[in-house]
Amino acid sequence: MKWTYASQRKEYGRALVEIGQSRSDVVVLDADLSSSTRTSDFAKKFPERFFNCGIAEQDMMGTAAGLAASGKMVFASSFAVFATGRCWDQIRQSICYPNFNVKIVASHAGITVGGDGASHQTAEDIALMRTLPNMTVIVPADAMETYKAVKAVLDRPGPCYIRLGRVDFPVITSPDSPFRIGIANVMQEGDDVTLIGSGQMVALCLDAAEELQKRGLSAQVINMSTIKPLDEITLHNAIKRTGCIVTAEEHNVLTGLGSAVGLYVAEHGSCIVRCVGIPDAFGESGESEELMVKYGLTSARIVETAEEAIRRS
Amino acid sequence: MRCISLSNTSDEEIVLLRRKANLIRQHVLRMTFAAGSGHPGGSLSYADILAALYFKVMNHRPTDPMWEDRDRLVLSKGHAAPAYYAALSESGYFPVTELLELRKLGSRLQGHPSRAKTPGVEMSTGSLGQGLSVANGMALAARLDRRSYRVFCLCGDGEMQSGQIWEAAMLGAHYRLDNVTAFLDRNRLQIDGPTETIMAIEPLAKKWDAFGWNVIEIDGHDMKQIIDACDKAKLVKGKPTMIIAHTVKGKGVSFMENSIAFHGKAPNEEELKRGLRELGEHP
Repeated sequence: MKWTYASQRKEYGRALVEIGQSRSDVVVLDADLSSSTRTSDFAKKFPERFFNCGIAEQDMMGTAAGLAASGKMVFASSFAVFATGRCWDQIRQSICYPNFNVKIVASHAGITVGGDGASHQTAEDIALMRTLPNMTVIVPADAMETYKAVKAVLDRPGPCYIRLGRVDFPVITSPDSPFRIGIANVMQEGDDVTLIGSGQMVALCLDAAEELQKRGLSAQVINMSTIKPLDEITLHNAIKRTGCIVTAEEHNVLTGLGSAVGLYVAEHGSCIVRCVGIPDAFGESGESEELMVKYGLTSARIVETAEEAIRRS
Repeated sequence: MRCISLSNTSDEEIVLLRRKANLIRQHVLRMTFAAGSGHPGGSLSYADILAALYFKVMNHRPTDPMWEDRDRLVLSKGHAAPAYYAALSESGYFPVTELLELRKLGSRLQGHPSRAKTPGVEMSTGSLGQGLSVANGMALAARLDRRSYRVFCLCGDGEMQSGQIWEAAMLGAHYRLDNVTAFLDRNRLQIDGPTETIMAIEPLAKKWDAFGWNVIEIDGHDMKQIIDACDKAKLVKGKPTMIIAHTVKGKGVSFMENSIAFHGKAPNEEELKRGLRELGEHP
C-alpha cells in the first residue's frame, strides 16, 4: 500500500502542549534529549513546569516519583533504551511499587533508530516494562494514535509506558478512529489468519493482508496498541474466528507482543501462533529500511509466516 | 505536632525528646526480636534524629496523614524501618501494639517501608540510593504549588557509594532546593565492614560542599545539635542542606554498638532482655 508518513514524536510534543494548557498539575522531565523527544515543545511553553535532569535517568525517575507523590501528573522522557534500561530499578521501586502517576514516554524505540547502532536501539523495552506490576504498556501504531495515547494516559491511574519510534510511521488511523487503552482495534476482517501487530508493524500487517488476498487468503488485522493489559476479548474472538495467529512487532521476538499473545493462547485455547519480530540479537548501524529488511521486519516475512501458519492450522 | 521556628529548646523538652528516642530504641529491640530478623544497628544509630524530627521539628498531623502542608520525610535508608515505624506509631499514625507485626504475613509493616501500606510512610524505599531524588521531586512540587512545607531525607552512609545520590546532589543544588534538609547517618559501618574499607566515601563534608550544598556537621546523638541544625537549614536560601550526623551504629545497646553483626541480625531472647535493661526499661 502507498502510505503517507507522520512523526509520532511531533504528535507527542503537540499533545503535551495542549495538556499543559488545560492542566496546571502536569510537569515534564527529560534527560538531555528534549529536542529529540520533543518535550522541548512543552519546555518552551511552560518553562516553570519543565525540569531537565541532565544525563541522569535514575535521578529523573526518582524526581518524577517525588513530584507524583506530591500530586503532580508527571511525564518523563528519553530514548527508550535509556528510559527503561538505565533506570529500571528506579521505575520498579520508586514508581511502580508505590503506584505513582508517572507517564514514561520514550522515543527512538526498536531498531529503526538506524545509524546510532545497537547501543541506542532497543528490542527489550517492552519486556522490561510489561513485567512490572501496576505498569500499563502502550505502543501507538502511528502519529495520530500517539496523540490520543498521550491524552488517554491522563485518565489512567498509575504508571504508564508509551513507546514511540524515531522515524515517521505510516499513517493508518484517522482522527476519528477509536482509541482506548486496553482495547485492540480490528483494522480489517478476515477468516483464514489473524495478523496482530503493534507500532509500525500494523501497517506491514495491512500490507501483508493485501498480498495474502491476492493469493486467495483472507486475513484479519488487529492493531494491538496496548500490550498490557492485553485485550483478551478481541484475542478470544480472533482465536474463535481464524484459529491461526501471526504477531508482528519491532521488539525482541522472545519477550514482547508475541509472548504476551502466546501466553494467552497457551492458557485459554488451542490455536497456531507464529511470531515475527527482531531475533534474539543486538542491532547494528544502517538505514532504517535496510535494518527492517535485515532483521526480518517486512510484510513479505509476515506473508510467508502466515502461509506457513495457515498450512499447519 | 507544632511547628517551631528558631527558638530555644528547653532542657525539659530535651529530656522528653531523649525519652522518646529511648522509647524508639526499646521498640526496635522488641520488634526485631519478634520478627526474628530486621536491622537493629542502623535503626538505633538514627533514633535520636527521628525523635527530634517527629516530636519537635516536623510539622505534621498524625490524624491527617495526607494533610497537604505537612513536612515530608523520605527514609532513603529503608532497611532502618523498625525505628521509623516506632516513631510513626509513637506519633499516633497507627497503634503501638501493631509494631510487633513487623515483617509478618499480611502486616502493614513491611520489612522495608511501603507507602501504599503504612500510614505516615511518604515513600517506598529499600533499594538504596533512591530517596534523595524523591525528596527533591517533592521539594520541586512544593515550590510549584507555592507551599511552604519542608522535605527531609534520611540517608545512610553506605548509600553514598550509589551514583544516584550524586545525581540527586547535583539536581538539588542546580534547582536551589532550599526546602530540602537531608541527614547523613554517618555510623561508619555497612554490611561487609567499615565504609572506608569497603569503598571509601570520605571526605564527605568536602564532597557535599563541592556539590553546592550547605553542609552542617553534628553529633547525631546530641538532641540540641540536631534541632539547631534543622533550624539553621531552614534559614539558608538557595541551597539544600546536608547534615552529616556522626553517629554510633547500635547506639544505646553496648553489645550492638559499633557491631557489624547487628546491622541485619535480630537479638535473641537473652540479648533482648539485656538490651532493654541497658535502655532502662524496668520490667
